[in-house]
Amino acid sequence: MLSCEQATRLLSEGQDRTLTFPEKMNLKVHTAMCSGCREFGRQLGSLRTLIQEEKDAGPAPGKK
Amino acid sequence: MAAENQLHVTFRDEDIESLRKQMLSFARLQLDDEHLAEDAVQEALAGALKNASSFSRQSTLKTWVFSILRRKIADVLRGQYREPVREACKECSTDDDELFDGRGHWQAGATPRRWGDTHELADSTQFWQVFDTCLEALPAEQARVFMMREFIELDSAEICASLELSTSNLHVLLHRARLKLRACLSDHWFEREA
Repeated sequence: MLSCEQATRLLSEGQDRTLTFPEKMNLKVHTAMCSGCREFGRQLGSLRTLIQEEKDAGPAPGKK
Repeated sequence: MAAENQLHVTFRDEDIESLRKQMLSFARLQLDDEHLAEDAVQEALAGALKNASSFSRQSTLKTWVFSILRRKIADVLRGQYREPVREACKECSTDDDELFDGRGHWQAGATPRRWGDTHELADSTQFWQVFDTCLEALPAEQARVFMMREFIELDSAEICASLELSTSNLHVLLHRARLKLRACLSDHWFEREA
């Protein structure tokens, strides 16, 4: 069973490399029971999307 | 003149000049040698502006440029003292006791809670101000690898090669950076007191 520290480490690495099958299974088991790590994973996704959107939007002038 | 302006469409020349001045006073303090300071600033700025298009905000560019400058200064100092080029990863140690308890579980109060709707947040100037403050609060090396990964979109191998980091050290740095950044955003944006 993963600790939350280990689970967040895998969730973070999942942003940078493809996780192995056992790693994915361990994460699934953990996040099924742990709302904190589930949110952590979601928030990493949100962060990446936000940065992407902001970059696509271009330079600051002209923004609301 | 026109060609020069096209190089950094995003940033005005006077923005770059003011950034250069801030860098120079920082470098002078650290290096105590006018020539070395100017060289370090020149190199850091030239290197940083190659990637300037990845940063649409002046404040993020500043964080980025300073992280490069710090590294240049470290290289110069290291050369003076003849220390080995490769040093142990100072920011890789487990130092997140405020986030996790002894068994690696979330500390009470540190458990991530739902952020709510993030649609259209990218358009919020206030949000990005908070974001930049959080990014700047990270240890320099963590902020640097996070920006290389998320803003410049280099992959792990490219970052490791350019910073002479092992893959595992890189993953530790990114993990720490993301933990702290999301905690800071929760505290100062998503769960802030109204």
